Amino acid sequence: MLEELLAQALKQADQAEVYHLTSVSTPISFEASRLKSVDARDSSGVALRIIKDGRIGFSSTSDMADMDGLVARAVEMLPFGAKASMEFPSASEYADVPTFDQATADMKSEALVEIGTKLIDKLHADWPDIVWSAGVSQSVSTVRVMNSRGCNAEETTSVIGIGMEGTLVKDTDMLFVWEGQSSCRPTLDTEAIIASIERKLRWAERVAPAPTGPIPVIFTPSAVADLLIEPLLEGFNGRNIVQGSSPLIEKLGSLMLDPHLTVWDDPSIPYTPGSRAFDGEGVPSNRLPLIQQGVIANFIYDLQTAGQAGALTTGSAHRGLGSQPGPDTSVVVIDPGDTTFADMIAGYPKALVVESFLGAGQGNTLGGDFSANVLLGYAVENGVVIGRVKDTMLAGNVYTIFKKLDALGSELEWVDGALRTPAISCTEVSVSSKA
Amino acid sequence: MRDLIESALKGHKADYIEIRIEDTETTNISFRGRELDEIGHSTGKGGNVRACVKGGWGFASFNDLGSIRAKVEQAVSQARMVGNEKTELADTAPVVAIVPPHIVSDPANVPLSEKHRILEGYLDLLWGGPEIQTSSLRYMDGHRRMFYGNNQGTYTEQSRIDVNFWASAIARNGGDIQQASISMGSLGDFDLIHRMQAEVAKLPQKAVDFLAAPQVQGGEYTVILDPVLAGVFVHEAFGHLSEADHVYENPKLREVMVLGRRFGGEHLNIVDGAKIPDLRGSFQYDEEGVEAQRTDLIREGVLVGRLHSRETAAKMGEKPSGNARAIGYQHPPIVRMTNTIIEPGEATFDDLLEGVKEGVYCKNWYGGMTSMEQFTFSAGETYMIRDGHIAETVRPVMLSGNVFTTLENLDAVANDLEMNEGGGCGKGGQSPLPVSNGSPHIRLRNCLVGGA
Repeated sequence: MLEELLAQALKQADQAEVYHLTSVSTPISFEASRLKSVDARDSSGVALRIIKDGRIGFSSTSDMADMDGLVARAVEMLPFGAKASMEFPSASEYADVPTFDQATADMKSEALVEIGTKLIDKLHADWPDIVWSAGVSQSVSTVRVMNSRGCNAEETTSVIGIGMEGTLVKDTDMLFVWEGQSSCRPTLDTEAIIASIERKLRWAERVAPAPTGPIPVIFTPSAVADLLIEPLLEGFNGRNIVQGSSPLIEKLGSLMLDPHLTVWDDPSIPYTPGSRAFDGEGVPSNRLPLIQQGVIANFIYDLQTAGQAGALTTGSAHRGLGSQPGPDTSVVVIDPGDTTFADMIAGYPKALVVESFLGAGQGNTLGGDFSANVLLGYAVENGVVIGRVKDTMLAGNVYTIFKKLDALGSELEWVDGALRTPAISCTEVSVSSKA
Repeated sequence: MRDLIESALKGHKADYIEIRIEDTETTNISFRGRELDEIGHSTGKGGNVRACVKGGWGFASFNDLGSIRAKVEQAVSQARMVGNEKTELADTAPVVAIVPPHIVSDPANVPLSEKHRILEGYLDLLWGGPEIQTSSLRYMDGHRRMFYGNNQGTYTEQSRIDVNFWASAIARNGGDIQQASISMGSLGDFDLIHRMQAEVAKLPQKAVDFLAAPQVQGGEYTVILDPVLAGVFVHEAFGHLSEADHVYENPKLREVMVLGRRFGGEHLNIVDGAKIPDLRGSFQYDEEGVEAQRTDLIREGVLVGRLHSRETAAKMGEKPSGNARAIGYQHPPIVRMTNTIIEPGEATFDDLLEGVKEGVYCKNWYGGMTSMEQFTFSAGETYMIRDGHIAETVRPVMLSGNVFTTLENLDAVANDLEMNEGGGCGKGGQSPLPVSNGSPHIRLRNCLVGGA
């Protein structure tokens, strides 16, 4: 059917590309420490991109009976379409990037219910005052990219994910703890989830006054994910390079950040939900250094932005069904340093450890700015965590605070299957708090 | 469609079953800088089944309508896997209704070439003023047709047309990048797109001004919010906390959110309701077939109501409020806001400014978020207030607070109510949901402002 669609589209265009996505997922949810719902979500759809006389036409649908309409709508867009700065890629050899495990695909709802129930029961027994909710889900999705220049690529990814959240209410004081994991294989480490939640609850047990002013701040891996990655990496996006809205323009090859900092976009790590052999346009994926020892090493492009920038695509096209591809990172990896998390904390007379935020990404992230309320964070006094802070805000610019890192953690942690990072501490971050 | 839904509902053993089928059509046009970035026209078709057995829920969504009967069976068997209590859903009278869409001016009647031409006019506005680095311009219209039936005799057909417009000017000075944006939306009114000229024309100068502006010193200030940002404030700072699904199964939170609790002064009145007509959050029946209402949440400073689905209403022994909503057939309905409003008071804007020695005036919005106790929201523009007057421009700030103390510190409400229809709400992985919010100017004492 997709072959027919491609042939039909080619009758009215110079080049054509079909992007097909199917996904079956079974999310299970627990509320108030007990099983609440079992879902099954099937979805499929197809997007058509055509090039004619140097312009791009696009349309998509989830109605597989409407292929004639799909072609007609894409053709209708042509006269107004963007100028094509690219052509579709020809067939390529792809590296072997395993993202599918039959054992994950074979998991039934009953097995997911069992995993979730065990965890919830354990957490509920240990902390009966906390209201626990959880989501466990399994999904299998297949993406296929075909075009008129010979590319015909298909990849299937299986993912199992789990997320737990506890809410502790004491009058109007509320504490939220969260922990999650995901993998392509059914090898979740539930002990690690419990250990992490236990540590967070222990540190959060008492409320402590927040240290304020420009002070050292230790970002845990989840805090790096929540607050810093977006403002750090938006400037690498080919769209912002082409538009001139990146602060990194003309900075390729310059040392702008701490020489200990190396950041990769690495879609080749086996059995990682964000990994893939090819991108949303059928271009082979690449392990790409973005920041190499503090030097701006590469920007990320899809075909169109690469064409506009006079560069080559980095195989970084990401897309859903409803819109055209755009460049983005797949799996961000930050190289570790040599300070353990415990030593990092022990080294400070006064500091703030931050774990999660509220409102991250709302400000002017394009310029590297961040600003957010600390949803979970702890005050450190004389090298010891003394309690959780409240009514506290952090603000700054990631390019400024990363010019000189105070310490880079030696322990790497996965966050959401899309980021692997150590904890990072910075000397001077602006922290304000309610008196 | 009614026959298809009603026949698929028959002959299953479940306490409750509902089926929703949808047809969607979307047109979007976007420019990055002066260049057209993307133009597309997409359609969708799909549906879902939700079933409840002994208090447990099963949900199945699909694109292939031919499989609908099998999907009902699947949802029922999933619900059976979960349920071991009692199904509790608030009673509502069955309705059969075919509701035409609210249309002021239908984007479907405007040819693509005309939409494209109008947007090019906005490009000229963005690039005609002071020198900017680049711009973004986005337009989207969507038509969603919804067919809904449940096994309690309700069948509704509803349809809604959404129009969205978003523009941004970006200024740059070396590594320093600042942007000024505006976003607007409407329910069924394409002509919205003709009314944005004055606001868009101001964006380039604002972005350039931000480059030269200093950062505010972080800390506590008296803050005055314009109606647009105050609308975002009421949505984040109180609206989400009034959604009963956060509360109904948490005994401690039920104690905190007990009806009759005082949250603010007598000048504070907050309502939500899809029945308030012609706004982005307006509709006739929610996605459980419950008729839309207007719900008083805070009356003269006291908590008097909250937002419900049929399940949360039954479990809290309160009346359903018609607030079960989903962004599309891929998701089950959850408790959501519709049109959320701080009602106007008596004061003028000048009254609010009077006596503020050093404060912060915030206009327009970037975004907002809540964890129920804590919330944040960010301004599109910020000015210092000095000795009762609006003074110099500073860089846009993020504000943060604790809902309980902040509503107590809301000490003045002006008389100039305006609605903000530019936002979309996100919750439980469902975003953006069309909502509106509104408020007059309001003043907050001791509000935490993030900054240098």
